[in-house]
Amino acid sequence: MTSPAPPAPATLPLGDDALILSHRLGEWAGHAPVLEEEVALANIALDLLGQARALYAGLSDLLGSEDEIAFLREERAFRNCQLTEQPNGDFAHTIVRQLFFSTYQQPLFAQLSPVLPLAAKAVRETAYHRDHAEQWTLRLGDGTEESHTRTQRAADTLWRYTGELFQPVEGLEVDWPGLAEEWHASIGDVFARAGLTVPAGPSEGAWSAGAGRQGLHTEPFGLLLAEMQHLHRSHPGAAW
Amino acid sequence: MTPVTSPPRGRAAGADGPPDGSGPGLEAEDVQAAFDAAVAADERIEPRDWMPDTYRSTLVRQIAQHAHSEIIGMQPEANWITRAPSLRRKAILMAKVQDEAGHGLYLYGAAETLGTSRDELLDKLHAGRQKYSSIFNYPTLTWADVGAIGWLVDGAAITNQVPLCRCSYGPYARAMVRICKEESFHQRQGYELLLALTRGTEAQRAMAQDAVDRWWWPSLMMFGPPDDESSHSAQSMAWKIKRHSNDELRQRFVDICVPQAEALGVTLPDPELRWNEERGHWDFGAIDWQEFREVLKGNGPCNEQRLHRRRTAHENGAWVREAAAAHAAKHTATHATGHTADHAADRTAADRDDRVEPAAAGPAQPNTAPDTAPDTAPDGAGAPSASRSTRSRA
Repeated sequence: MTSPAPPAPATLPLGDDALILSHRLGEWAGHAPVLEEEVALANIALDLLGQARALYAGLSDLLGSEDEIAFLREERAFRNCQLTEQPNGDFAHTIVRQLFFSTYQQPLFAQLSPVLPLAAKAVRETAYHRDHAEQWTLRLGDGTEESHTRTQRAADTLWRYTGELFQPVEGLEVDWPGLAEEWHASIGDVFARAGLTVPAGPSEGAWSAGAGRQGLHTEPFGLLLAEMQHLHRSHPGAAW
Repeated sequence: MTPVTSPPRGRAAGADGPPDGSGPGLEAEDVQAAFDAAVAADERIEPRDWMPDTYRSTLVRQIAQHAHSEIIGMQPEANWITRAPSLRRKAILMAKVQDEAGHGLYLYGAAETLGTSRDELLDKLHAGRQKYSSIFNYPTLTWADVGAIGWLVDGAAITNQVPLCRCSYGPYARAMVRICKEESFHQRQGYELLLALTRGTEAQRAMAQDAVDRWWWPSLMMFGPPDDESSHSAQSMAWKIKRHSNDELRQRFVDICVPQAEALGVTLPDPELRWNEERGHWDFGAIDWQEFREVLKGNGPCNEQRLHRRRTAHENGAWVREAAAAHAAKHTATHATGHTADHAADRTAADRDDRVEPAAAGPAQPNTAPDTAPDTAPDGAGAPSASRSTRSRA
């Protein structure tokens, strides 16, 4: 295998996180369990896509247009964490993925907002995403036996992808250990209220295969990119 | 929720009888006369007013079909969200499909004001006992289809729906005002998408023409059968639920589209299309009504897959809805015994009233009673907070 791509600009991982999770949420369109969630999941997807576009705009001098960044990079050049690329699974899986991610992204954006090319709006958006995921985690954890089982299974499956979230990203001034501590406290609190068990793992985070920040991804990611990029790549140079 | 503020028509002041006119106060012929007079005077019939049973059932049928069309209509377009060729187009398309879910919410809300719940209507859709617009039984084969749907299908829908903004039933008329605003936005986006293609590469131009070739005739069929075969038209026109005949609206649509096609640089696939000086309209060729009937009967290219996907989404979501209901029930029980529930799920959505709040709008809530069901006012006051504006980012 080739080695990971060279170091990327510091904000690229944040943009890639937003783009890839937005794409996954977009896959829900027409499949949501209730009409209100069609609207809510699309809201979150649109917020994330807006964040990705704003972050990419800040990188255009280095990496080209937003579409070049999204559609013409190879898999190894993407710096999103592996959590965001995980397939949707059932609704519980999607909600737990969102909970894990938004509980990370919201304080991260809050810390970085003075230096990021994102409006304060993005911090408010992520607060909504987090609240939405928390509320559903409570409902599903506490609802029926089936919903509890599905939600616990989702947490157990996704836990291994959470350790990576707190790997320092070079060039971002963030209190990473503080972020991890805050995250674990919050997840612990939500899980306790939802009657869920926090999966086992080293205290600094789950055991993690995560190397998304270095450009190494999981198997489903190649398929995601194939679908996302194929039309754009099929018409080189075309404007849409 | 906006309460109905005008005094109910057809009910004696202070009477608490059921809104079907059977309560104390007015005789049957009086309420019928009051209803007829209101319709004749172009006044709005409101949920608590007396109305003939057949007026109610006609409206429920029409609103349900419209609501079902919105949510089934999400599928052919959602088909391209993951493949949209630019981030800008991806955002526009996601917002559009989201709007359709929002329209579904307004319309099911309008049907609830007539005493029919969303669950009941969805069950009928899933059982194949209520229809949705046949146009969505055609496949979206290329990216250009997203543009053709916006330009032609949404264009036809708007032509059909603008007159419904003056429909005699208040909640439906108000829902339509809001929907039409969003639909005309979608139509412009679709047109603009096609314009980018026809001004693009050879392959993009061919893609646009191919899409127009496939969507033109089905779009003309969206206006329904010719006037002399339309079974519901006469009564609906008399009740001012409907304002123009199918053929009138179809002609209006053709007249609008011909110059737009020219500006786009696409050919409409009808060799008989020509300007008729005498009529002041465009003549067009015969529609293949056999195809229309076949698709309506369930034999279209995607009937089975659309309904299957809808049912599957509903069935796969059953455990989620049950969980939400169970959680809500536990919470209610906790309150009843005097404990304080400290669940984030119980927080109100007051700080972001433009969001869909699952706690407020989710399945955990009982169905809204007819009198207090969301009133889809065009200004957004009291409307279901279904879809916040995503325009600025699209």
